[in-house]
Amino acid sequence: MISHFLKFEWKQFFRSSYWQKSIALNILLGFLAVYFMLTFLVLGISIYPILKKQFPESDPLIMVNGFLFYWFLGDLLMRFFMQKLPVMNIKPLLALPLKRSTILNYVLGKSAISFFNFLPLFAIIPFGVILIFEDYSTTTALIWMLTMYICTLIINFLNFIVEAKSAETELSFLPIIVIASGLFALNHFDIISFSTLLGNSVNAIIENPLLVSIPILILIGLYAANYSELKKKLYVDGSLKAKADVAVTTDLAWTRRFGDIAPFLQLDLKLLWRNKRPRSTIFILVIGLLYGLIFYPNPVYKEMIPMFIFVGIFVTGIFMINFGQFIPAWDSGYYKLLMSQNIKYKQYLNSKYSLMTISAVIMFVLSIPYVYFGWKILAIHFAAMVYNIGINSHVLLYGGSFNRKKIDLTQRAAFNYQGTGAVQWLIGFPLLLIPILIFYVPYKFINFEAGIATLIILGGIGIVFHQKLMNFITNQYLNSKHKMISAFDQNN
Amino acid sequence: MIQSIELSKKYGEVTVLNIPSLEIPKGQAFGLVGNNGAGKTTYFNLLLDLIKPTTGYVLNNEIQVNKSEDWKPFTAAFIDESFLIGYLTPEEYFYFIGELRGMNKADIDTFLSQFTEIFNDEILGGKKYLRDLSKGNQKKAGIVAALIGSPEVIILDEPFANLDPTTQIRLKKLLRDLTKNSNATILISSHDLGHVTEVCERIVVLDKGNIVKDIKTSEETLKELEAYFSV
Repeated sequence: MISHFLKFEWKQFFRSSYWQKSIALNILLGFLAVYFMLTFLVLGISIYPILKKQFPESDPLIMVNGFLFYWFLGDLLMRFFMQKLPVMNIKPLLALPLKRSTILNYVLGKSAISFFNFLPLFAIIPFGVILIFEDYSTTTALIWMLTMYICTLIINFLNFIVEAKSAETELSFLPIIVIASGLFALNHFDIISFSTLLGNSVNAIIENPLLVSIPILILIGLYAANYSELKKKLYVDGSLKAKADVAVTTDLAWTRRFGDIAPFLQLDLKLLWRNKRPRSTIFILVIGLLYGLIFYPNPVYKEMIPMFIFVGIFVTGIFMINFGQFIPAWDSGYYKLLMSQNIKYKQYLNSKYSLMTISAVIMFVLSIPYVYFGWKILAIHFAAMVYNIGINSHVLLYGGSFNRKKIDLTQRAAFNYQGTGAVQWLIGFPLLLIPILIFYVPYKFINFEAGIATLIILGGIGIVFHQKLMNFITNQYLNSKHKMISAFDQNN
Repeated sequence: MIQSIELSKKYGEVTVLNIPSLEIPKGQAFGLVGNNGAGKTTYFNLLLDLIKPTTGYVLNNEIQVNKSEDWKPFTAAFIDESFLIGYLTPEEYFYFIGELRGMNKADIDTFLSQFTEIFNDEILGGKKYLRDLSKGNQKKAGIVAALIGSPEVIILDEPFANLDPTTQIRLKKLLRDLTKNSNATILISSHDLGHVTEVCERIVVLDKGNIVKDIKTSEETLKELEAYFSV
């Protein structure tokens, strides 16, 4: 049976439109994977000599064990945001003559061979091998490696429980952030020193290899907890069924004043408010607004004015970027309707443009208090807003015509990468880096005001030629219409 | 009203549709039957310019659908659930479609009042979004939305599937009345030979993308179709 499952996985992977349609993204992901593996490898090889050199008196192994707490906490956080329980579409299997336990064990077992469990080995094994060469007993090294791997698996299964629990609340990733920072703080201020605690435990296991049974028992316990948690959900009226929200009808009559784009604007506003994932783009506004606080008060960045351009673009454009990069994938679920209805593409796109423009203006207004850090900041924000409206919004719309990934609006919000393709990676550069360059050249050779003026003039040109640009962009969308329809029709 | 000229669609080497010529006159109730994979939905998708033809083209009221968008104002369709906007309530959805077709809320409310029977109190006024309705109710909403704004061409793919018996009967009556009272051209596909012979005045049978029968509906049509399909 397992061999069947494995074949399904293989097919699911290679037959998905991800694999077939976007080689670029796969290459990029491949590079990322190699990069991480190399990083871990370098870490594993170099940490021993570095520690030995820096702290000749201490035992590097003991020191490494002392840092494990941070490693594990970081690992857990990473996984929370990146790794999902591989619930291979369970539903079709339920009615087949398969034992439920087989399905469950398969789903859970499969998670154990994910990349996230594989990656730490690149650091663990070289470090362990070095230990052997450095006159530690082979048993010590092997037990240490084994313990580390078991801990990795413990984090793997712990993460799924955390994910399941936080999925039950509407707060998504808030609890884990709070808990993780709480643990970190407790440790940092020595209220409860988890790092010492964890370090001592691992040291004890190394000294007395029999103790390795404790993490193994924890692992088994977590596996069992996952098993029973998942078992409860294995019913179509259980968690496999989506919860129905109580509908709230809204009129949004005020959108009328926007003329012929009003119906689309209403649709977009409802899209934003009634679906989890787009709704999160609204909450990100708050984060974006506070982003400046990291840079402006910090004396380190005092002389790095071009860096402030980046912040300005980000603060005034955060919604624009988050929302805009997935145009038109937000509407992928009913794209066929839009394409066969009495709709002019241009109106549809203009509605998106208006939404982005309005957001940039609102973000600028809200960010006015930053004037506290100097009038230059206000000038930068204003220039960034104009640039965002004139240039970046059009770039985003243009980039959207290359979107070929559907977004399922019913899916969860936090760190859901569905719909992310090469477009989203490539578009980030011109959006954030080019304005810095544009500012930098006149800033360097003339002065600050010249840099700001350049940004505003460029943005202004974009606004003046809005109609022309929209015609061009609309044509791009028309040309790729059929490709989009067929791509949005596929389930990834 | 609708002309298909040298129309074909190939995926790789496989021809899924091949219609050298087919003309559907204005006001006709046109039925398309065929087994799975016969090319019914492909044909409808081509009419709506949702897929590109490999050869040939479709004229809808003399407008070539893949060249101009001017056929959209008088054409409406419901192919599948991807024609619904899941996060809207049925009312909002009807208002949205109405707006696209130049009808205001009051117009839509009047329009909807004639469907009270079909809706059976399960669609309007409920506190549910379209995504949370049952398949059958979703279909009802989709079909009704396709009738908004008196379109001249109405394309419905499998309108009877998933509907309860009462609604099937009501829908048949509705479609018959529509062809009688307005000059709308109606295209439907169905697996149910009974329904399609009751509603349509002309039935075309597709097999593996080719037209194998083109029948003007009469008393014997149902028997003829049953004989054809009971191979």
